[in-house]
Amino acid sequence: MAELTYLQAISDGLRTEMRRDKRVFVIGEDIGVYGGAFKVTLGFQEEFGHWRVIDAPLAETAIVGACTGAAIMGMRPVAEMQFADFISCAWDQLVTVAAKQRYRAGTPVPITVRLPSGGGFSGGPFHSQNPESSFAHIPGLKCVCPATPEDAKGLLISAIEDPNPVLYFEHKHLYRRIKAEVPEERYTVPLGKARTHREGDDLTVITWGAMVYTADEAAQKLDSDGVSVEIVDLRTVMPWDKAAVLESVRKTSKALVLHEDTRTGGFGAEIAATIAEEAFEDLDAPVKRIAAPDTPVPFSPPLEKAFIPQVDDVVAGLRDLAEY
Amino acid sequence: MATETAVDVVMPQMGVSVSEGTITKWLKQKGEQVEADEPLLEISTDKVDTEVPAPASGTLTEILVQEGETVDVGTKLGQIGGGAAAPSGDGAAPEPQAPQPQAPPEPATQAAADASMAAASEGVGDVAPSEQAEPEPEPARAAAAATSNGKTFVSPVVARIASEHGVDPNQVEGTGRGGRVTKKDILNYIESGTQAPPAAEPQPAPAPTPEPAPQPQAQAPPPQPEPAAAPAPPPPAEKPAAPPPPAAAPAQVQTGEQLEPMTAMRRGIAEHMRRSLDTAAHVTSAIEVDMSKVVEIRKKLKSEYESAYGVNPTYLVFVARAVVDTLRDYPWINGEIRGDKIVTRNYVNLGFAVELQDGKGLIVPVLKNVETLNLLGIAKGVTDIAQRARDKKLIPDEVQGGTFTITNPGGYGTFHGTPVISQPQAAILGTYAVVKRPWVVQDEVGNDVIAIRPIMNLTLTYDHRLVDGALAGRFLRDLRHRLETWDESAY
Repeated sequence: MAELTYLQAISDGLRTEMRRDKRVFVIGEDIGVYGGAFKVTLGFQEEFGHWRVIDAPLAETAIVGACTGAAIMGMRPVAEMQFADFISCAWDQLVTVAAKQRYRAGTPVPITVRLPSGGGFSGGPFHSQNPESSFAHIPGLKCVCPATPEDAKGLLISAIEDPNPVLYFEHKHLYRRIKAEVPEERYTVPLGKARTHREGDDLTVITWGAMVYTADEAAQKLDSDGVSVEIVDLRTVMPWDKAAVLESVRKTSKALVLHEDTRTGGFGAEIAATIAEEAFEDLDAPVKRIAAPDTPVPFSPPLEKAFIPQVDDVVAGLRDLAEY
Repeated sequence: MATETAVDVVMPQMGVSVSEGTITKWLKQKGEQVEADEPLLEISTDKVDTEVPAPASGTLTEILVQEGETVDVGTKLGQIGGGAAAPSGDGAAPEPQAPQPQAPPEPATQAAADASMAAASEGVGDVAPSEQAEPEPEPARAAAAATSNGKTFVSPVVARIASEHGVDPNQVEGTGRGGRVTKKDILNYIESGTQAPPAAEPQPAPAPTPEPAPQPQAQAPPPQPEPAAAPAPPPPAEKPAAPPPPAAAPAQVQTGEQLEPMTAMRRGIAEHMRRSLDTAAHVTSAIEVDMSKVVEIRKKLKSEYESAYGVNPTYLVFVARAVVDTLRDYPWINGEIRGDKIVTRNYVNLGFAVELQDGKGLIVPVLKNVETLNLLGIAKGVTDIAQRARDKKLIPDEVQGGTFTITNPGGYGTFHGTPVISQPQAAILGTYAVVKRPWVVQDEVGNDVIAIRPIMNLTLTYDHRLVDGALAGRFLRDLRHRLETWDESAY
């Protein structure tokens, strides 16, 4: 086991698969010579050559379209969007072609699209979004949102292995901030299995991505109030681990759904609705949501701080639920 | 702290069909300090008499509606806080918060609903849909909305646990916001009830053990005082007018006995029965009715009603129809005593006691404005409401507002009974089995002969405070006359 950053774990996972499986190739803007905007693929072109580490033009449609075609021909492409925000350009290829191909023609489309997402460093409206709920809504697409280095590697390998288009949301704010032991060998983390980040009895927080750490800090503060908080890290929002969520909510009877994406139509709404439908008789309080307000992500650091859910916001929400 | 901004005290909505209420008493005077949720005044509506909790803490700065006045729902009755009329002395610093009285001002939603559902009459028992001290859920919401959920809100999980364990959430001390009973509270309550023997105080007993505990092991958990009939948590909320609750005798388990938890409905029935007997002066008069005419007409109508409308014109329906007509001539029997006044009405809302299928409870759904229904209308109404009562599909408004009740224990062959009046009504009619009996009648030339006739006994149990024996006798006489001379064309 080596201690890797979240970013190094992603590189490690990608490299592992490229070494193991010749069908795997990567394509994206500046990922070759430059090693990627965040250096995830640094050194890849040297190791794997420019036929497997392809610098693409600034054309997300072309990147995803090429991947889709290659996948249909039997390859295992991994595309990188320089920022998750830019994926809107590739919407048509992803949603109209890749997501539906299997249903229309029976052809699997095993592509992985890596999406550096999330805010917290004043990236502004074009470089900070968390668009997972838009794609979770599209039947045929899977959405992965790892929070830990270990999951980052294991989920990336699962995504590449999966016969369907998988969107892999890697949170930029975790890239170098989060470090942990990661197994050196190849392993997978199954899609659709949540992880209990922290056990507790009184409240359940359901979250994913960088918000797992926000929730964790908040939960520690609640400890001093004598309130024990369980944190369920979904790991993948599509498919999402309904059983794990319901099991935790049945135990605690109070649920808070937390995400960095904006509130209305955010994936938290789906979770809250499911809890209300399927665990109604186990609830001791209304299901609470904490999410960003319904605006673009602001540039200004104080405004961005007001926008992204902070530890204090979560503490307040948890206390409110605890006192209910 | 006293409220800086003024909070209005308004007449709460006490049920969907209630539009006004009368202030019977202000429990606080102008200038007095009140705590949020503390009983502030007493009101009376045609559904219920209840206390209104203070919507906020502060000084009662204004009383706008005086005792005895009747005003529409939503009318501002008074004001708490605000500069208007600061209390004498330093308005700046109202006394520090008195230690939370923690008065549960309202019974829990479930309990209130159950109780009014249970409000009922049976062969030998009858309870009021909504009697004196049983406020409905609405008042708390309306009046205390500003502060909290109050104790009235029962969350889904608490409701489920309560029903699984046969516990009345109202008996549990709530630690949630506004005194709400949380999941933990009820679980602790149940746990403490099955284990720790109760403290030696007359506190509400810990929860009953959920299992019927059939094992005759004599050393079963130290016998608990069954909270079955236990009163609501003791202190300040105790309604002044409430008659003494039935004593909570400790349930000692002897060899060969079994303990079974009391449902909220059972408790509701028990309490209402007792209350009714403590309230009204019950007297029962009986009369025998020759049902020949009704039997004959019913025979004719039965197949028509059943094939065309899918309803059965039971004897009960005929009796109900005749009762409504007769009540028109006896408004007091369709009336009630309210305070020092007698209420009469130009309508009849008829309650029908319906036994629940498990045989462990009853409910009295109310058919409204029966004076507007003909025989078929009543037949349909009774069929519908009885079915929905058994299916538990009634809404609270359908078990309230009765002005007179009919109970029919005759289905099992009994020929007499003394039902208990559904408070605050004035009387209840019992109908009994129709049996063939030798009967002295006159033949066409005026000689007495013995004939075989279908005879039904009817009893009228009435509140002698309002209805005297002679009045009851005349009512029964007229009712009998209507049934014996049934005019098909008139119904």
